[in-house]
Amino acid sequence: MAQTIHKYDAVVVGAGGAGMRCSLQLAKAGLRVAVLSKVFPTRSHTVAAQGGIGASLGNMDEDNWHYHFYDTVKGSDWLGDQDAIEFMCREAPKVVYELEHMGMPFDRNPDGTIYQRPFGGHSAKYGEKPVPRACAAADRTGHAMLHTLYQNNVRNKTQFFVEWMALDLIRDSEGDVVGVTALEMETGEVAIFHAKCVLLATGGAGRIFAASTNAFINTGDGLGMAARAGIPLEDMEFWQFHPTGVHNAGVLLTEGCRGEGAILRNKNGERFMERYAPKLKDLAPRDFVSRCMDQEIKEGRGCGPNGDYIALDLTHLGGETIMKRLPSVHEIGKNFANVDVIKEPIPVVPTIHYQMGGVPTNIHGQVVVPKNGTPNSIINGLYAIGEASCVSVHGANRLGTNSLLDLLVFGRAAGNHLIDTALASKTHKPLPQNAADYSLSRIDVLDKSSGGEYPQDVANDLRKTMQTHAGVFRTQASMDEGVSKVLAIDERAKHLSLKDKSKIFNTARIEALEVANLMEAAKATMVSAAARKESRGAHTVDDYGDTPEHPLGRNDVEWMKHTLWYSEGNRLDYKPVNLKPLTVESIPPVKRTF
Amino acid sequence: MLSDVDLSRLRWRCRRGFLENDLVLERLLSARGNQFTDDEHTQLKTLLELDDNALWDIIAGRTNEFPADTSPMVQTLRDTLTKH
Ligand SMILES: Cc1cc2nc3c(=O)[nH]c(=O)nc-3n(C[C@H](O)[C@H](O)[C@H](O)COP(=O)(O)OP(=O)(O)OC[C@H]3O[C@@H](n4cnc5c(N)ncnc54)[C@H](O)[C@@H]3O)c2cc1C
Repeated sequence: MAQTIHKYDAVVVGAGGAGMRCSLQLAKAGLRVAVLSKVFPTRSHTVAAQGGIGASLGNMDEDNWHYHFYDTVKGSDWLGDQDAIEFMCREAPKVVYELEHMGMPFDRNPDGTIYQRPFGGHSAKYGEKPVPRACAAADRTGHAMLHTLYQNNVRNKTQFFVEWMALDLIRDSEGDVVGVTALEMETGEVAIFHAKCVLLATGGAGRIFAASTNAFINTGDGLGMAARAGIPLEDMEFWQFHPTGVHNAGVLLTEGCRGEGAILRNKNGERFMERYAPKLKDLAPRDFVSRCMDQEIKEGRGCGPNGDYIALDLTHLGGETIMKRLPSVHEIGKNFANVDVIKEPIPVVPTIHYQMGGVPTNIHGQVVVPKNGTPNSIINGLYAIGEASCVSVHGANRLGTNSLLDLLVFGRAAGNHLIDTALASKTHKPLPQNAADYSLSRIDVLDKSSGGEYPQDVANDLRKTMQTHAGVFRTQASMDEGVSKVLAIDERAKHLSLKDKSKIFNTARIEALEVANLMEAAKATMVSAAARKESRGAHTVDDYGDTPEHPLGRNDVEWMKHTLWYSEGNRLDYKPVNLKPLTVESIPPVKRTF
Repeated sequence: MLSDVDLSRLRWRCRRGFLENDLVLERLLSARGNQFTDDEHTQLKTLLELDDNALWDIIAGRTNEFPADTSPMVQTLRDTLTKH
């Protein structure tokens, strides 16, 4: 049967903050834009973001974009590209004010300006003291942002395809991207979206780990699509652990807690972060705090009968502040930890939270790959934005509030780039013959298979393996073992069977297709991690400890470079970090202390 | 008892934007399988139409304002949250 073909100027895959910020820019310029989403747009994972959007508005204390730039470079442990970081920090106030004008209900100061709260790793005067930089809407910033963007998109006639799952990129003989295939869940039919450009905005792959703050939907589909289309994935070894995931549940307690003054204590009641980070204390960046917590637990100062968690103490903040500024933290304590945070500390552990790596792009969101000796050669017709992408502003470790900022800045920038390069007047490149065949054959294999394992069983084994071998505590031997285990699971994943082979709304089939994407993200993570023989940011390996030559295990001479993992041949390549900002002096690497 | 397609659709719509809702709904689905009455199914579908924070506010008991005729399912969800 011939596939239905939908024709648009631009097809955005993903209706989270990044996708909808981009589609809005395009729709406002009068372009025909389709946005595909697995779930209703305002149920995208961006809705989970609580803490805020980072921007140096300076409403509460002296601040400027260069302080923000410095913090982000340092936070990234010098793996972030300084051109992209400068661009993001300079654009930050603009995108926040734009959002305010679109109707985003930010918290206010008595004088009417946007209220800002401090957040881990954000400082004034180059690390001197914490600065309030996070712009928030209570602890529902992501929700407010998604709703604002969705309403503005609807007003500007963006066309949404809800409960459609994008499957594969369509590349022509020149390697240009000319569309995408997608499965309509309600009918089970595969259609072709023919476009002048495709933007991947599919979010992260946090569900490759067993203990994760991420919703179940974060299966890294854009990563799988890129990897299958021959595009490398960048810096996938870098995963952020959030210091305050609820012990045994994964549910996140926002960093806003520590911004508002919550304190991490060990079993002796000691505020141990004072020892590790005398200046920023509990507000040091996430990777650093996570490692300190891990250290406390390993050295026998963890809390509880098994000594396996840390206590987050909010009791001194008082009930009124907690209920006003952090109401959801109170709920979570009650429902997922059986604790009243007004009266007693809550058990927390470092938990997988954010994917720093992704599909490699430049500051316009264009996907770039090495070609003919150039590390960043553009793939025509393909963009990536948001958590699915690696631009790379977060490097080896993201600062809290910089992700929502990344979505807004680069979602908008990708839109502007398409408008500036006159997308409207371009014509569609022809589709290759049988453009949907590859996707159809993947589905056909699933439909015909029998006797294999069920997708969820394989996915659960993958998650356990990733947790053990690529978790917060990494050793070379364990990562090497992890590589062979993940590759063995990959073999099993090639022979999945479906319980249900019906067409209409077949979630078993959808989950099997998601497992294929999880596999690509997991292989990229495990293989890239085992290959990086140093400690940097979130990638901390016991074998590579602190020496005078390699402070905190970081080896700039050999390893200050981006990893590129290719699915085909499971091979690695590397490209240099861009240490040259757009207009200012580079921030030279130093040992990270706080 | 739900048909396979209805159960499948329900399972997908229980995929939410944040983990708290995912966890509660997963507990509910694994406890009940396809054993929902027509009324329960209708109520759950109505609640799943809400956005994630509105749904969570109801489940967590922050608000007692919920769509008409869904109170039995609201109670089931609240029990699922607290009795685990
Ligand atoms: C609990 C939590 C709290 C957070 N708090 C903050 C915070 O305070 N500040 C901050 O800066 N960051 C925060 N983050 C991180 C931030 O929320 C995410 O990085 C960001 O929202 C990701 O946005 P996105 O637009 O890239 O993707 P998402 O919001 O995840 O959206 C992905 C979209 O892609 C769609 N999709 C995926 N695959 C497919 C497919 N195959 N076909 C069609 N559609 C598809 C989905 O349906 C969805 O619409 C938090 C993260 C978590 C987990």
